[in-house]
Amino acid sequence: MDHIDQIENISINILREAYANFKNMCMLWSIGKDSTVLLWLARKAFLGHVPFSLVHIDTNYKIPEMIEYRDRLTAEWNLDMVYGINTEALENKTTFPDGKVDRITCCKILKTEALKNTLSGRWPRYRYNHAINKYEQDPNVEPYTGVIVGVRADEEGSRSKERYFSARDKENDWDIADQPPELWNQYKTDFAPGTHVRVHPLLDWTELNIWEYIERENIPTVSLYYDQGDGKRYRSLGCYPCTNPIDSTAKDVPEIIEELKSGKLANIAERSGRAQDAEDGGGLETLRRDGYM
Amino acid sequence: MAAYQKREVMNIVIAGHVDHGKSTIIGRMLADTNSLPEGKLEQVKENCRRNSKPFEYAFLLDALKDEQSQGITIDSARVFFSTKKREYIIIDAPGHIEFLKNMVTGASRAEAALLVIDAEEGVRENSRRHGYMLSMLGIKQVVVLVNKMDLVKYDRGVFEGVVEEYKKFLAGINLAADFVPVSGMEGDTVAKLTDKMPWYKGKTVLEVLDAFQKEPHPVDKPFRMPVQDVYKFTKGQDKRRIIAGTVQTGSIEAGDEVIFYPSGKKSTIKTVETFGDGKPNPVSAGWASAFTLDQQIYVSRGEIATKAGQELPKVTNTLRVNLFWMGKRPMIKDKDYLIKVGTAKEHVRLKEVTRVIDASELNSSQNKDRIEHHDVGECVLHVKKAIAFDLAEHIAVTGRFVIVDDFEICGGGIIRESLEDDQLQVRDYVMTRNYKWETGDIPRDDRAEKYSQKPTLILITGEKDVGKKTLARAIEARLFAEGKIIYFLGIGNILYGVDADIKTTHDSADIQKEHLRRLAEVANVMLDAGIILVVTAIGLTQDDLELITAAVDIDSVNVVWIGDKPSDISYDMLVLGNWKLDETVDSVKKMLQTKGIIFKP
Repeated sequence: MDHIDQIENISINILREAYANFKNMCMLWSIGKDSTVLLWLARKAFLGHVPFSLVHIDTNYKIPEMIEYRDRLTAEWNLDMVYGINTEALENKTTFPDGKVDRITCCKILKTEALKNTLSGRWPRYRYNHAINKYEQDPNVEPYTGVIVGVRADEEGSRSKERYFSARDKENDWDIADQPPELWNQYKTDFAPGTHVRVHPLLDWTELNIWEYIERENIPTVSLYYDQGDGKRYRSLGCYPCTNPIDSTAKDVPEIIEELKSGKLANIAERSGRAQDAEDGGGLETLRRDGYM
Repeated sequence: MAAYQKREVMNIVIAGHVDHGKSTIIGRMLADTNSLPEGKLEQVKENCRRNSKPFEYAFLLDALKDEQSQGITIDSARVFFSTKKREYIIIDAPGHIEFLKNMVTGASRAEAALLVIDAEEGVRENSRRHGYMLSMLGIKQVVVLVNKMDLVKYDRGVFEGVVEEYKKFLAGINLAADFVPVSGMEGDTVAKLTDKMPWYKGKTVLEVLDAFQKEPHPVDKPFRMPVQDVYKFTKGQDKRRIIAGTVQTGSIEAGDEVIFYPSGKKSTIKTVETFGDGKPNPVSAGWASAFTLDQQIYVSRGEIATKAGQELPKVTNTLRVNLFWMGKRPMIKDKDYLIKVGTAKEHVRLKEVTRVIDASELNSSQNKDRIEHHDVGECVLHVKKAIAFDLAEHIAVTGRFVIVDDFEICGGGIIRESLEDDQLQVRDYVMTRNYKWETGDIPRDDRAEKYSQKPTLILITGEKDVGKKTLARAIEARLFAEGKIIYFLGIGNILYGVDADIKTTHDSADIQKEHLRRLAEVANVMLDAGIILVVTAIGLTQDDLELITAAVDIDSVNVVWIGDKPSDISYDMLVLGNWKLDETVDSVKKMLQTKGIIFKP
């Protein structure tokens, strides 16, 4: 087994543990490279099936190609696709692009709030109906009590402290100083009523590992990650008003791997193109405490 | 095109007493190997400037605000860096006693350990405790870094004093280690030898890391795969019935005979499965695997798949173990906990404390009857239902367990010995029975789907003349009317037929046991047919229940006790006072629904 085999198999083991232990589980799919690798791992773990819902939070500011890609794979891979959206905020224009709030607040409103309320079932969910190839409002409002998330430990400080299985209470609070132990391959799978759990199968993966795996498995990705001839590509995907491409001429997966290995990007944080991280010195950490994934 | 290059990666834990300088050493390693993103160093320096405190390498790791305010590492942060030889994931284990559970979390994933001791302060409580934990977690490669040599003027005598004291301690717990004098603050011996300690000619910290050996996956051991799940994705029009799990040791192939424990059921591996048209992962140590079986036997999560002809795992419900306790409340006798071994999860009780070791001093105290916060103990555990495992010294990965108290993992340990118990004989013949069991072609879950019910046993017990049979008949009548396949099995039906050869009139314990055993065997055949059975019996005890549980092949038995003086049996439902028949039947039905035993199609 090489290293990629090892982390792949640990991730599959974690996905299977999660599925065996939790009812009402879903997986967040941001359409980005990490959660798409996670989705691929789920198909491996469950022998071609994905036996839980995939949840996407649509901010209405996602780059259009991302939504196209989402719906194409949903149909091709027969996914149980669900999305949630903060309709009210978009109607009232309380967003950063509308100039009413700052970036961090906009993230909170369009992503964190929408996510919390979609998971809990308080806000409408829209589920893909494969018979008619359209989304319909989902009559099922059961809260999801287990959420699988594709965060990686090497992304930034607070994510490096995550457990594979992490309890969050009703308010989504994360008590970072008092996390349960994880011994060997035994995870926290017993939860008091009212808590919910986040599962992080990709903690051990690095950005380079993700791309190596995408290459090895030939996983489809959105073209935004590649230079289309203007010397720019996205390294991390988000909403277009707050995401900037980096200078890079990498046109395909092997070239991205080459670029990462060359050390050319070693001094630039992976999320450097995500403007909300830069606000108030601890943007992502502040957001994560509040329930951002 | 960039070829996918195989680079070796190793997980290393860095442990030791609080303030002995672990984070400083890591920070220094990152800086000296150019492994830091530029922004990180600037950001931390800027933070220090803003708070008017001198920059320290340790701050690099303390990325979180919480940590910097407390000044101690609170979790096992993962740090990534690489040398020419390979990549490393350094797990920074906190040295503060309150964060022992974070330390073990970090350490249990590591392949080798660096243990840091402050040259000035010398060997402290957690230097010893962490050493002990590393040995229990199964880490064999340990190197001790004697840090802060700059504070003792790089004195060789001080270094050798620490070496002598700690070596003696390690010898007592069967661990050997090399020692390296370093200064994380000044960078001596981290990436290079310096002229501060001309007397030291050994390896630098980075050389130590590169000298650690990669441990191969244990493919040469007997095959062990704890069953994680049995999949049948009927919604996806998939007819496969797939046994899934991560192989811990050994390997197996299509065509091999596989035996599951604790049940003892056997089958043959038909196909090794994958998704799409990709090549399937081998069913071999380290791989998350999946296979289908030739015979439709009923196996479920918690059993261990083994290979016929290889050494058998142990099956018992009484274990001698070494365990360490991280729970805030002590582990006490007569309290229900959960034990997790592989994928099995069962109720467990602390039966006996042989000795408690103060982990920091490793003095043993004999007279405790509980295991306190941060104690290490040697004790005997009694599991409610037998589990399969190996002795830790033989196969480490299947000889480990954790204890769950009140939803939290509070203890962990290794199994030292499998002890005999009352149910031993029953289990032995049941395993043979299951091995020889002839199955039809209808899997149990297909039957359950057709009948909209899972087979189960409802055991109604209590003192004499409290209405056990009345309740049993009422349950039978109600569920039958609702279309369920249910049968009231009276003891009398067995006594004068199946038990006709038992002639003794006086009720010895052995005879009582034999009656129960035969009852359980008859029940087992009917349960295999998919039926819900209602059985009544007077005053059953926990021992009786464990005997019945050992013989019937279902996931759980439902015990209803009528009356206010229940025996020691663990019941699912207590029926008290002037109970009303209809309401009690309602409650039983609700219990079966909650457990998923009866359901609508």
